[in-house]
Amino acid sequence: MRLGLVMSEVGQGLRRNLSMVISVVLVTFISLTFVGAAILLQMQINQMKSYWFDRAQVAVYMCTEFSTVGGCDQQVATPEQVALVQAQLEGETLAPFIDTFYFETQQEAYERFQEQFAGDAVADLITPELLPEAFWVNLIDPTQSAILADALGGLAGVESIVDQRTYLEQIFDILNAASFTAIGIAALMLVAAALLIATTIRLSAFSRRREIGIMRLVGASNRFIQTPFIIEGVVAALIGSVLAGLAVVGIVQFFVQGYLAETLPLTSFVGLSDALLVVPILLAAGALLAALSANVAITRYLRV
Amino acid sequence: MIRFDEVTKVYRGTARPALNSVSLEILSGEFVFLVGASGSGKSTFLRLVLKEEKPSSGSIHVLGQDLGHISSRKVPYFRRNLGVVFQDFRLLPNKTVFDNVAFTLQVIGKSKGFIHEAVPDALQTVGLDGKAQRFPHELSGGEQQRVAIARAVVNKPAIMLADEPTGNLDPETSAGIMALLERINANGTTVIMATHDAGIVDRLQRRVIEVIGGRIVRDERGGGYKTQATPIATQGFGMTPAPAVPPAPPSQPAAPAPNYGLGGRS
Repeated sequence: MRLGLVMSEVGQGLRRNLSMVISVVLVTFISLTFVGAAILLQMQINQMKSYWFDRAQVAVYMCTEFSTVGGCDQQVATPEQVALVQAQLEGETLAPFIDTFYFETQQEAYERFQEQFAGDAVADLITPELLPEAFWVNLIDPTQSAILADALGGLAGVESIVDQRTYLEQIFDILNAASFTAIGIAALMLVAAALLIATTIRLSAFSRRREIGIMRLVGASNRFIQTPFIIEGVVAALIGSVLAGLAVVGIVQFFVQGYLAETLPLTSFVGLSDALLVVPILLAAGALLAALSANVAITRYLRV
Repeated sequence: MIRFDEVTKVYRGTARPALNSVSLEILSGEFVFLVGASGSGKSTFLRLVLKEEKPSSGSIHVLGQDLGHISSRKVPYFRRNLGVVFQDFRLLPNKTVFDNVAFTLQVIGKSKGFIHEAVPDALQTVGLDGKAQRFPHELSGGEQQRVAIARAVVNKPAIMLADEPTGNLDPETSAGIMALLERINANGTTVIMATHDAGIVDRLQRRVIEVIGGRIVRDERGGGYKTQATPIATQGFGMTPAPAVPPAPPSQPAAPAPNYGLGGRS
């Protein structure tokens, strides 16, 4: 009985305020889509981090006859120096931190280079002598590359020690910046959504001020008066949230899985299961936002 | 039933009080006219009884409750014991007569069965049975006011407040409305009516409280609109404090009618 009455009030309010309700739906839709995109981007970053960081190696480059930095003096690292580094890597101090490592000769480096840059003009200019010999080290804990740098950095014949993660960091910085931008836009849009919901509810209350006046006069409880308005806001926001959820699922399904994954088959991307994880977050966020702002708006409107 | 102790109400941004240390007592079952010029404080008095406004100082007791100590959450439950009628009827134009009266009961959570018994009952009381499915705009002013009265009494309130209920009506229709209010009063409901209608006040010869400039200048039983048979504060007209002596023994407690008491609800 009372539930039916409340729901019919909600329906009336939504119909009477249709244009405002549509704008609430659209604004929550857009803002929550940004929120969803930001969450997915963070998920993507984490996924790539765990994927690539595990595979990221530390390169211990030996000197070539052209290198002047590190322990080099335009001298190719001698076999003794190489053997010393290898001994160090196998030694008691470093071995506990190292998962595996292998040695790459200049010729092997050259072949890998040719493979990577096949068809590029630079491939023709490179000769094996230009490329350093290197130890490729897989650490047990990839964050501890500093240990290698400390242990091997000063040795003669070692040009430099490069953690591949530093290259990856740059990529992740860019992705992070993108996701923070998305979060920033989402935050602004959410503020707009909250204000719009509040305004809509106030308008709705204004258009029903006769009823509200009579309800207060005859002693309808505050909660009874307020509930329809809050539900009204929540319904409008939920429609927007559902649309945002669909948009997020659609983006993952058709853009990420359908396009990006095809184009970059070696990278693992967020999948549909991740998107489906984001949807309930969006629904909850939309409903909560609407309930809070509608509650504040209607409470202020009805203050005795 | 209603007791005001030295109640002063100053609205924000105004220097002159709308009510100035008013003390009075209205007993259960009384019919009281509140007379005075526009802006004299009649409506403020009614709003204070309804707890739509808080007094700036002084205390108000209604139905044995100190209004200063009712939390804002409890105010709606308090108001269920009061029926209110206005000059402009305040009906919902998109609802039928039946629905207008039923709305009151719906919003306080009464059952459908109760509504279908109480609403026709109230409509019969005000002489509108047979017009339940009409819309307000199809009714005359007098009939609309009857709908408003039906809405006010359908919950069987202990007190009925009427703010110039005949202000928009012709004398003949007004007489019908007054007869209705008298009948409601005869059934035990305390009626407080603010009015400018001298004819009605003179004819009914009920208790009259005259307010000028926020002070009670006359409080007499069986009085008329202008007569001052027992002037209690004629000297000064609000310039000096008017000791409004309640004519009834003030020691008598304002006992709420058992059916309407709040005790059962809260």
